[in-house]
Order: sequence, then structure tokens, then C-alpha cells
Amino acid sequence: MNGGTVIDVHGLTKAFDGKTVVDGLDMTIRRGEIYGFLGPNGSGKTTSIRMLCGLLTPDAGSGVCLGFDVIRESDKIKPHVGYMTQKFSLYEDLTVRENLLFTARIFGLADPNRLVDGCIERMGLGPFEHRLAGNLSGGWKQRLSLGACTLHSPDLLLLDEPTAGVDPGARRDFWDHVHALAAEGITALISTHYMDEAERCHRLAYLAYGRLLASGTVEEIVEGAGLTTWSVASRNPGAGLHGLTERLRPLPGVDQVVAFGNTLHVSGRDAAPLERAIAPFRTDGLAWTIIDTSLEEVFIDLMRQSRDGLK
Amino acid sequence: MRMFDCKRFAAMVGKEFVQMRRDRLTFAMLIGIPLIQLILFGYAINSDPRHLPAGVLSADNSRFARSIVAGMQTSTFFDITRHPSTRAEADRLLRDGDVLFVLTIPENFGRDLLRGDRPVLLLTADATDPLASGRAAMAFPEIVRLALARELTGPDADLNQTEPPVDVRIHNLYNPEGETQYNIVPGLMGVILTLTLVMITSLAITRESERGTMEHLLSTPIRPLEVMLGKIVPYILAGYIQMTLIAAAARFLFNVPMQGSVILTFALSLVFIGANLSVGVTISTVARNQLQAVQISIFFFMPSLLLSGFMFPFKGMPDWAQAIGSILPLTHYLLLIRGILLKGNGFMDSLPHLWPILVFWAAVVAAGLKQFRRTLD
Ligand SMILES: Nc1ncnc2c1ncn2[C@@H]1O[C@H](COP(=O)(O)OP(=O)(O)OP(=O)(O)O)[C@@H](O)[C@H]1O
Ligand SMILES: [Mg+2]
Repeated sequence: MNGGTVIDVHGLTKAFDGKTVVDGLDMTIRRGEIYGFLGPNGSGKTTSIRMLCGLLTPDAGSGVCLGFDVIRESDKIKPHVGYMTQKFSLYEDLTVRENLLFTARIFGLADPNRLVDGCIERMGLGPFEHRLAGNLSGGWKQRLSLGACTLHSPDLLLLDEPTAGVDPGARRDFWDHVHALAAEGITALISTHYMDEAERCHRLAYLAYGRLLASGTVEEIVEGAGLTTWSVASRNPGAGLHGLTERLRPLPGVDQVVAFGNTLHVSGRDAAPLERAIAPFRTDGLAWTIIDTSLEEVFIDLMRQSRDGLK
Repeated sequence: MRMFDCKRFAAMVGKEFVQMRRDRLTFAMLIGIPLIQLILFGYAINSDPRHLPAGVLSADNSRFARSIVAGMQTSTFFDITRHPSTRAEADRLLRDGDVLFVLTIPENFGRDLLRGDRPVLLLTADATDPLASGRAAMAFPEIVRLALARELTGPDADLNQTEPPVDVRIHNLYNPEGETQYNIVPGLMGVILTLTLVMITSLAITRESERGTMEHLLSTPIRPLEVMLGKIVPYILAGYIQMTLIAAAARFLFNVPMQGSVILTFALSLVFIGANLSVGVTISTVARNQLQAVQISIFFFMPSLLLSGFMFPFKGMPDWAQAIGSILPLTHYLLLIRGILLKGNGFMDSLPHLWPILVFWAAVVAAGLKQFRRTLD
């Protein structure tokens, strides 16, 4: 890989029926990196991933993936990429084993049977080996897909919401597995809607309305957003905070009010106006403390900003 | 990256076989359609029509003439319902469909016969529906021979010894090619193969797109030619199963005589089966969903059915229809298979009908490869 960069694309753009879905995406991913891809529904994550592996032709933009041109050399990229689709895309009328064998053979792998045995073992698919894939539960389908896209030991994994609908234990196994692969030098681009998963990535990109709004490590992104967040809790357990949310929201300087159990998180882009806004509420009954802004607040803020920008 | 890799191709074929085996409905359709069509058409073939209305235009009242008419009646093939008195009246009866046959017995028939002048005995048949008229017309010379043999005894018996004492002529009206019902079953083979194979493979790639499996397939190194041929191969077997079914039914159920080599028929049919399957796969590269695929298949099937010479005599169609028909593989296949099965044609005789199908096949595969979408755009 040249200079340790696996993906380096600029200005990738894609429109469907005149509607721009991905707009000038720039992305650089280094070798061995786990790169998180976040953004609200319909923000263009799947479309971007499809462009990277040659399933969609970009309308504009250029770049390299694994040292090959993303537009002209997608045939050379495919053998080295493991793409896990968002929607289950293996054959429901083939068994788990048949699906894996088919994939191994299509990639022209030597000794497919041994490889498939190893994969079934690794993914814990043993009990379902001879079940039709269509009869697996959602989470097991995801595991099968993951197994299938790693069979040929790809250099780059493109995983589109690989853990959607997967239970917490299996999700943790999955992330341990991805980190182990990254340690071996495999690069992974993973789209997700889970914040805890975002925090397990080395670097992140946040997409909204087809535009890249932020990228970098978790710290860089949180820092870049420049949000100040206060946490409020009621001192006497009986009294709720219900009325408070409605009263805080319209105030100038307050950008977000989110309930977390018995506390509210109140965030604003500028520290001073926020402090002025909450001043009247800093009474004896309420405990106010400044806390670290979380990724979720940053993302929601980014999304609002871009939506406001579009208006 | 090679254009074609045998291992990948084999993987594709293997997968298709497993899926075909599990797809009960398609399999039922593969077997069911030929059976239903055979029974529907075959019923007509097997019905062995009897008591067909016939008229006799007789200018002779000899015992021979009477014996022949009586023989026709007792054969149960014919029902003598009319006795027209003029040629014009007889023609009108035929034209209006009041009778399917008119027997014309010339003046002095009996006298000429005894003199050994071999008078002409003309049976005019309405052959629009060869299924109906063919068998009776074929039986007619034998009916005449038997009727005359009964009468020609004693001193006249030696008239039986030499060539038939009358010149029996059968004139097929409205169907100059004189097709017989035996044309139907081999033709049906071609029609059934066209219908089912095109329809089933037209769903092949569309189904992958609809189910989302295309996304997985396209993200692998597989090439279009491997996908297309991989989809075709398993159905070649299906085509042969259908052929066997139809051939067996033709032979044992409907007693269609088979002159030529069955092995040659099967061997050369590979080209026709392949061509049809490729049409299906090519359709499925164009169609956006399975409904569209079926609609386009029918769009291909209709001209095949109507303009190939299966429904109407090919030579009797207008030029533009013949031009379209001569592109279609079924047209050539009908000539090919009828040639082999009914006339006993060999390989060399079949070549002129074989290459147009091959050309068609190559063109269709090329079109399919060009159309095959390598991306999800
Ligand atoms: N083939 C297509 N034709 C037309 N529009 C499309 C097509 N594929 C995607 N889109 C549109 O592009 C936009 C982005 O879709 P995309 O699937 O990339 O979003 P996403 O970020 O993956 O969303 P999600 O989180 O829901 O998976 C959506 O508005 C979608 O409707
Ligand atoms: Mg998506």
C-alpha cells in the first residue's frame, strides 16, 4: 500500500434522478485503521461504500482504493475487498455452508472446504451449518455475512451496519474480532448508528445530507464541535424535571435538551449565552454541573446545523 | 483478471443447480407446462376424429361407385351428409364448412374401371385443420381398395392384381403444404421449450437483483459471462427433461411415427435450447423486476408462436411476417425437427436449419453481455 494509505478519495459525488445523495466526499483511511462511518438515515453512507467497491459509478470525483483507481480499476479492487451489505445479500435458499462454499469458490480460493470449516468454527456457526440461510435469525444472518466477507482474507473490509440487530454479547465479540483483524493490518470501514461502536473506532467520519460534516478521532470531533454541556439533576427525588425541558428548550443559547434517566443534559454552542440562559434555573432544588460533551450530542448538533444550513 | 474462469463458472453452475432443486414451484412449472400443453393439444391429436361430414358429387351409379360410398360410410371416418348435384354446389358446401370432404365420381366411372382405364377418383379435403382431415384422408385409398376388392370378383378379379384399378387423388384445399397432424407434436416440442425456458431464465438475473443477492455477487470477482452461462447450464438439463417427456408422449401416447434419429434430434436441440435460454438471460439483464421479465418473455413468445410456422403455414404468410419469422429460432427448429423426425433427415440435411439458430444465439449472448449491468446504478 502506498504510504500506508488504503483509501484516498476526493470529491466523490453521486446523484439519483437529479438528487445529489453524496456530495463531494473526501476520505483518507490509513492501513490498519478502524474507520467509523456515521450519519442519519439516508445520509449517503451506503451509497458512499458502494462507490468505494465499484458497485456504483461516481458522477464525479476520483481517488485510489488499495492502490487502484476507484473508477477505472474496480475489477482489481474487488478481490481484495470484503463487502458486507446492509441488507442480507447471501442466498436464502442455500444453506450456511453452501453459501460460504459458493463465496469461497467465486473468489477462487484454494481448498474452500478447509476455509469454510475454519470460518464456521470462528463465527460459531456450527449448529446452523446445514440450515437454510433464510431460516436464520437476524443476528445469525449478520454473522454469516461477516464470515462470508472475510473468507478470502481481504485487505479492506467495508461493513455496512454489520451489527444492526445483533445482541450485545455478539456485538462485543464482533468488535473484538474486528480489532484483532486490524492488528493484523486489515483496514475496516464500518458504518453504524451506535455511539458506543463509534467510540471503538480509531477515527470517524460524520455524514449528513450527503456531506461530510466532521472527521477525525472522537476527541477531535467533540473538540471541534465546541459544545458546552451542563447536567441537571433534581435534589429532591420526588420532583420531576418534566416541566424544565419545555422551559429550557426555547431559550436563546440552549441548543439541545436531552433527558438521561433522572438527569437532563443541556448543551449550547457558546458557553456564555448558555450560562446566561440557565442562570434563572440554578436554584436550590436543582444541581447543575458541567460535564464532557458526548458524541451523540455532537452528532445531533451537526445534523441540526446542516439542516438549518440547507433551509 | 480473465474474462472467463472455469472454477468460478463451476461454482456458479453448482449454486444454480442447488437452487433449481430447491425451487419446487419452478420445477413443477418445468414439468407441468409440457404435460398440460401435451394433454390439451394431444387430446386433439388423439381424438382421431370420426364421422366427418362429407358430400358425394356423383355422375355415375355403378355398383362400384355405390360400394365406395358405402365403404366410406362404414369406415366411420366419413358421414355422407350431402349429395350436391353440381360442382359449384359442392364447392360452396366446402367453403361454408358444411362438409369437410367432397368425393367426386366422374361420369362412366364403372365402365372405365372395368375397361382398365383407371378412372380418377377425387377426394377434395378441407385441410385448414389437418388434425381433423388428415387421418380420414389418409385412410381413404385403403377404403377404396377394400370396396373395390369386394366387387371385383369372378372374371374381373384380375383387375385387382395389377396397380390399383382407379386413380385415387386427394386434393387438400386451403393448406397447400398438406401438413399432417404429426407436425403438431414435434412443433409442440419447440413451442414448449421456447415458452418455459425463456420464461424461467428471464427470471434468473432479475431475481438476484430483487432479492438483493446481486449486490453480493457484483462485489465478488465474478464476470458477466460466468454469471450468464452459469445461469444457462442447469436449465439445459431441464430442457432435455422436457424434450424426453414430450418425445415419450409423442411416441407412446399419440403414436407419432418417428422416422429419423432420436439421438440426432436431441444432439441438435442443444443449440435451440441454448438459444432460448440465452434469450431469457438477456431479457433478465434488461428487465427491472420479475413482472417485467415475464412480460418481455411473452413479447418474445407471441411472434414465436404465431410467425414460426407452428400456427399457420409459413409459406402462406405475408412477406413481412416471413421476414420476422425467419429471425426466430423456433422457425428453423420446426423445420429441423420435423425434417429429422418425420422425413428422416440426417445431419447434413439439418445444417441449413441449424446455422440460423447458432447465429441468433451468438447475437443474443452478445446483446446480453453488453446489457449486463456491472454496477447497481
Ligand atoms: N438506487 C437508488 N435510486 C434512487 N435513490 C437512491 C438509491 N440508492 C439510494 N438512494 C437514495 O440515496 C439516499 C442515501 O441513501 P443511502 O442508502 O446511501 O443512505 P444511508 O446513509 O446508507 O442510510 P441508512 O442509515 O438508512 O442505511 C437516500 O435518500 C436514498 O433514498
Ligand atoms: Mg445504509
